[in-house]
Amino acid sequence: MSDNWIEVGSLNDIPQQGARVVQTEKGDIAVFRTVDDELFALRDKCPHRGGPLSQGIVHGKRVACPLHDWKINLANGEAVAPDEGCTTSFPVKLEGERVMLSLAANKGCAGN
Amino acid sequence: MKEKLVVIGNGMAGIRTVEELLKVAPDTYDITVFGAEPYGNYNRIMLSPLLAGEKTIDDIMLNDEQWYVDNGITLHKGKEVTEIDRVGRRVVAVDGSSEKYDRLLIATGSTPFIIPVPGNDLEGVVSFRDIHDVDRMLQAAKQHKHAVVIGGGLLGLEAANGLMQQGMSVTVVHLMDTLLERQLDKPAAEMLKKSLEERGLNFLMGAQTEAIVGKERVEKIRFKDGTEIYADLVVMAVGIRANTALAKKAGIHCERGIVVNDTMQTFDPRVYAVGECVQHRGITYGLVAPLFEMAKVCANHLAQYGIGRYQGTVTSTKLKVTGIDLFSAGDFHGDENTEELVFQDASRGVYRKLVVQNNRIKGAVMYGDTLDSNWYFDLMRDETDISDFRDKVLFGQAHHLGDAGHGEEQRVAAMSDDTEICGCNGVCKGDIVKAITEKKLFTLDDVRAHTKASSSCGSCTGLVEALLAHVVGGDYSTAPHLKPMCGCTVHTHDEVRAAINGQELKSIPEVMKTLEWKTPDGCPKCRMALNYYLLCAWPGEYQDASQSRFINERAHANIQKDGSYSVIPRMWGGDTTPAELRAIAEVAEKYKVKTVHVTGGQRIALFGLKKEELPAVWDDLNNAGLVSGHAYGKALRTVKTCVGKEWCRFGTQDSTRMGIELEKMTWGCWTPHKFKLAVSGCPRNCAEATIKDFGVVSVDSGWELHVGGNGGVKVRATDFLCHVKTGEEVKEYCAAFMQLYRENAHYLERTAPWVERVGLSYIKEHIVEDEEGRKKLAERFLYSQKFSQQDPWKERAQGAEKHEFEPLLQVMNEKVLVNS
Ligand SMILES: Cc1cc2nc3c(=O)[nH]c(=O)nc-3n(C[C@H](O)[C@H](O)[C@H](O)COP(=O)(O)OP(=O)(O)OC[C@H]3O[C@@H](n4cnc5c(N)ncnc54)[C@H](O)[C@@H]3O)c2cc1C
Ligand code: SF4
Ligand code: SF4
Ligand code: FES
Repeated sequence: MSDNWIEVGSLNDIPQQGARVVQTEKGDIAVFRTVDDELFALRDKCPHRGGPLSQGIVHGKRVACPLHDWKINLANGEAVAPDEGCTTSFPVKLEGERVMLSLAANKGCAGN
Repeated sequence: MKEKLVVIGNGMAGIRTVEELLKVAPDTYDITVFGAEPYGNYNRIMLSPLLAGEKTIDDIMLNDEQWYVDNGITLHKGKEVTEIDRVGRRVVAVDGSSEKYDRLLIATGSTPFIIPVPGNDLEGVVSFRDIHDVDRMLQAAKQHKHAVVIGGGLLGLEAANGLMQQGMSVTVVHLMDTLLERQLDKPAAEMLKKSLEERGLNFLMGAQTEAIVGKERVEKIRFKDGTEIYADLVVMAVGIRANTALAKKAGIHCERGIVVNDTMQTFDPRVYAVGECVQHRGITYGLVAPLFEMAKVCANHLAQYGIGRYQGTVTSTKLKVTGIDLFSAGDFHGDENTEELVFQDASRGVYRKLVVQNNRIKGAVMYGDTLDSNWYFDLMRDETDISDFRDKVLFGQAHHLGDAGHGEEQRVAAMSDDTEICGCNGVCKGDIVKAITEKKLFTLDDVRAHTKASSSCGSCTGLVEALLAHVVGGDYSTAPHLKPMCGCTVHTHDEVRAAINGQELKSIPEVMKTLEWKTPDGCPKCRMALNYYLLCAWPGEYQDASQSRFINERAHANIQKDGSYSVIPRMWGGDTTPAELRAIAEVAEKYKVKTVHVTGGQRIALFGLKKEELPAVWDDLNNAGLVSGHAYGKALRTVKTCVGKEWCRFGTQDSTRMGIELEKMTWGCWTPHKFKLAVSGCPRNCAEATIKDFGVVSVDSGWELHVGGNGGVKVRATDFLCHVKTGEEVKEYCAAFMQLYRENAHYLERTAPWVERVGLSYIKEHIVEDEEGRKKLAERFLYSQKFSQQDPWKERAQGAEKHEFEPLLQVMNEKVLVNS
């Protein structure tokens, strides 16, 4: 994996239990911060009908899509059963206070 | 050092309480249990299948002795407690040993009633209460032929059925002329009797026992009318009495049972009591469902959370005779104020009767096919209005939902383990069977809690029930309870609100910690509700948790299906000016708004804005004096008006001005669900006030106030609240009503269902009849408005919550373009 890390901001830029969007030419990426300050990054597009996941409610390690309330696993982008579908996830990490994102998608879901 | 908890009675209620306590506060007490029976804890209700030979003792054990060891509990089995020394705080057992306590739990169950006739102490006369009794019956069945069961109630019939299965010839003697007279109506009881007779049971109805005759062992029974029948085993199943002897001796107040309060404490607050031995609000119980609820509350109190209250239980009945399905609940006899819906198909052996009052089910009797019993029971308990489907209700839930997916026991038995039972939550048969056997579940609610099956739409309830029946043998019971807020907690909306107020909880994490949330930070359902409850309870003090708000309320605009937003500025009372219209037109052009639409609430909506543009749009609108219309929130939406007496020839009052004043008073207010008002200038009601949450209709003599209306999916016309004379009164009543709704309704409950749930008389009592209470409510409303009437658009146009509207970063060709 040729991780090409980009500094996208600092931890404080992202609200706890919330998300911010990184715009790229291939579409938006949502960077999530959980209640325990864990970071995750997903393509900002719900596998259901493309709802912006960054606008959803972050709870535990999941986000509920704002459009029809599908729950998506932050770690791998998989919809929580009984819904089925998957959204691309991206590596993201914290270096000190700096949030580092890689645009090289994680392997995982097919498609997208 | 840990406090000491001593439990008297190793039965179902006592140990269930200990289990609940271990769940919530495992390290609080050193626990010692005394049990008169020489066993671990077993499932008493399964004694019937044990007698019938369908189960073994191992099958019916709930907690074996190892469980006590594993949980550090000292068990004294086979040791009856003979004395409670409340001054010395210790109990004394039959062998003279004693144990000190800090808290004591009495769960001594009940004792079978033995009718006072000569010969009732002869050998061969038994009751049906514990394993020892079953042993004696099984012994008798091996050596003797004629069994007589006195009592045609549930217990008696189950005993009779069991003894018949063991090869005895059995006669049931019953004092009344119908069986199960407390559980069934006459037609159902007749059907039951007929099918039991077909299976080989004999009945003597209306027979009063005078004496039991024999030398050492029973030989005959003699009745009042002089007739006699042979008997070498007599089972007394005529009823039970709460076992209060020990408590009485210790001076604890008892009536028919040990009297307890809503936290399961006796008159000595160190001493708790649960189970069949107690009397709560004048009622004693003889089924397990209430005990489970009592156990929960008691454990909660022992763990010193003190928020649970036991409020009594609605119980239902099923008979555990394999192959016979009957069910009853509630007031199934009815009276002159009720109606009966009856379905009877004698050749199929099916009978159902629903007793209905005001389109709500008050009671139900079912015989032959009880697959829908839970559905009826839920409808009854929730007091659901059945008028929508009253014509089909007798045909069952499958018919009602248009879903033939219900199966019976044989069908579930034949299913493979990976057959999906619950489509909503994706639960398969195998998961459920495993949970039932490993976790020893035997109520539908337990299965719901552990597997999530049947916890959403409920259409698979019949299948889950059939599966339970198949695995545990048709002898589970329903434990009805009030619905928790969501899967993250066991508490109901009302309990949570009471705790927020009573224990002064002031943040979401604090609520979750104090009330033992099961998830680290809740779910969308509960977080949004908690945020609202806290906001309502602590105006001016509570800091809104924006991440616990749905996106529309966080962004102060409505998200649309393509992820763009719509914006609706407020137009007070539906009035506007050329200047406002010009400003809106300019914004629409400047930001290339795709659609401009006049809404149903008399406002103008701009569709298709990007989130990043919102602060700038708002700034432009603000400059023309336009503020947020809160069209996105669980909040005051709009006040719709007609032009009233200023222009209309029918108008009786200045309804437009009233609308504007009401909107100025109420805007910015957060409510459990959206809230709409309207004011019409005369009873022609052009503003459609009678489908609003609060509607005002002008009349010559003043104003008529209406509440609880709703357009939308399910139209409901308002209820008439009262008539008032002055405009000031209109405002006071409106503020008070809104505050009552804010403080009392559940989150996401519109006024229409809320008014139906609490009843119009409750609303009238607080708003119309209680002047002082109304003024206080209105005051609280106006106080909280001080903090909520800031235009959220203005704050954001000036830079608040910036992160909400800006991307974190823009990257092109892997190059960083904009850094926020
Ligand atoms: C045959 C049968 C079938 C039933 N079927 C159903 C059914 O289908 N559905 C349903 O809901 N309910 C059913 N019930 C009722 C249900 O079993 C009881 O409601 C429940 O067991 C009561 O629990 P409890 O803890 O209050 O009493 P118990 O379970 O009776 O426990 C009390 C225990 O305390 C012990 N004890 C009493 N005094 C002392 C003392 N001084 N010292 C030490 N120990 C003492 C007793 O020996 C007993 O073990 C059935 C009952 C029977 C007998
Ligand atoms: S409600 Fe009455 S006053 Fe108002 S516009 Fe209609 S007719 Fe006129
Ligand atoms: S009626 Fe239906 S489609 Fe139309 S706005 Fe309301 S929710 Fe949307
Ligand atoms: S688009 Fe996400 S749930 Fe429908």
